[in-house]
Amino acid sequence: MSGIVGIVIVSHSPKVAEGAAEMARQMVGDLVPLAHCGGDPTGGLGTDPERIRRAIDAVWSEAGVAVFVDLGGAEMNAEMAIEMLEEARRGRVRICNAPLVEGAVVAAAEASSGSDLDAVCRVAEDFNP
Amino acid sequence: MDSDLVAELIDRATRLITEHAEELTALDRAIGDGDHGINMKRGFEAVREDAERLARLDLGGALQQAGMILVRTVGGASGPLYGSLLMGMGRAAGEGAPPPALLAAGIEMVKRRGKADRGCKTMLDVLIPVQETLAQASEGPRPELLRRLRETADRALEETRDMLATRGRASFLGERSRGHLDPGAASSRLLVHAVCDVLEAVA
Repeated sequence: MSGIVGIVIVSHSPKVAEGAAEMARQMVGDLVPLAHCGGDPTGGLGTDPERIRRAIDAVWSEAGVAVFVDLGGAEMNAEMAIEMLEEARRGRVRICNAPLVEGAVVAAAEASSGSDLDAVCRVAEDFNP
Repeated sequence: MDSDLVAELIDRATRLITEHAEELTALDRAIGDGDHGINMKRGFEAVREDAERLARLDLGGALQQAGMILVRTVGGASGPLYGSLLMGMGRAAGEGAPPPALLAAGIEMVKRRGKADRGCKTMLDVLIPVQETLAQASEGPRPELLRRLRETADRALEETRDMLATRGRASFLGERSRGHLDPGAASSRLLVHAVCDVLEAVA
C-alpha cells in the first residue's frame, strides 16, 4: 500500500488533543498526515463523532489511518465516526489500543518511515515506556 | 397513529430528562465526570427541535433518526450508547419486530457498543430487566404491564447502588463506586417511565 499512514488524535480535551498533536508533529514535521480533535459539539470536554469523521477524512489515504483515543466515550465516538465512513474506507481506519500521547508519537515516527497500518498500530500498541 | 405517538414520546422523554438533568448530573458527579444530565438534556432537546420532521416518519425511521441526533449532539459516552439503543430499536421496528424484540435489538447494540453486559453497573442493568418483564408480560392487560415495567425499572435502578462498576469512568473508582446509583441506569429508568406515561395516556 503506497502513501503514509495518517494519524488522528482524539481527546475529551481540545488542549490535550492539540498538545499531543504538537508532540507528534515535533517528531515528524509535515511528513505524516496528522489531525486532532477534542471537545463535545458545544466545546466542552467530550468528543464528537462528526468532528472525528472530518479529522479522519483530512488525513485519509489508501495507506489508512491510525486513531488514538483517550477515555471510553472517545473510543465509542471514534467507532461511530468510522461507521459513518464509506464502506471501502472503514477497514483501513483502526483505533489503536495505546495511550494517547505516547501512542500517537511513536505511531507518527513509525508512519514517517513508510510503514504500513499494521506496523504503525503494532508499534504503538507494543510501546512500553 | 405513529406520528402522534412519536411526537408524544419525544415530548415526554425530553421533559423527564430535562426536569431531572440536575439529578443525573449529581449522580454522575459522584462516580463519573459530572456531565450526564447536561449532555442528555442537550441531546433530547435537539431531538425535540426536530420533532415535527421525526413525527412524519414511521416509528422505525423516527427511532433511527433520533438515535443519530443523540450521537451527534450528546458528546459524552451516552451519545453513542443511547444512539445505538435507538438505532437498534429503529432497525428492528422497521422489520416489524414486536416491542420485546425491538427493545432486545436495541440492548444488543448497547452491549456491543459499550462492550458491557448486565452487572457492570450501567444503563443495561435497567434495560435488560425491563426487557425481560416486557417479554413475560406483554400479552397481559396494558395497565398491569405498565405498572410492572415501571416497578421493574425502579427496582433495577435501586439495585445498581450496591454494584461494583466495571465499565465506564465509575470503574476507575473501584470499590468506591459502590453505594451510588448509576447515572446511566437512572436516565434509562426515566426513559422507561416516559414511554409508560405515553402508552398509559393512549390506552
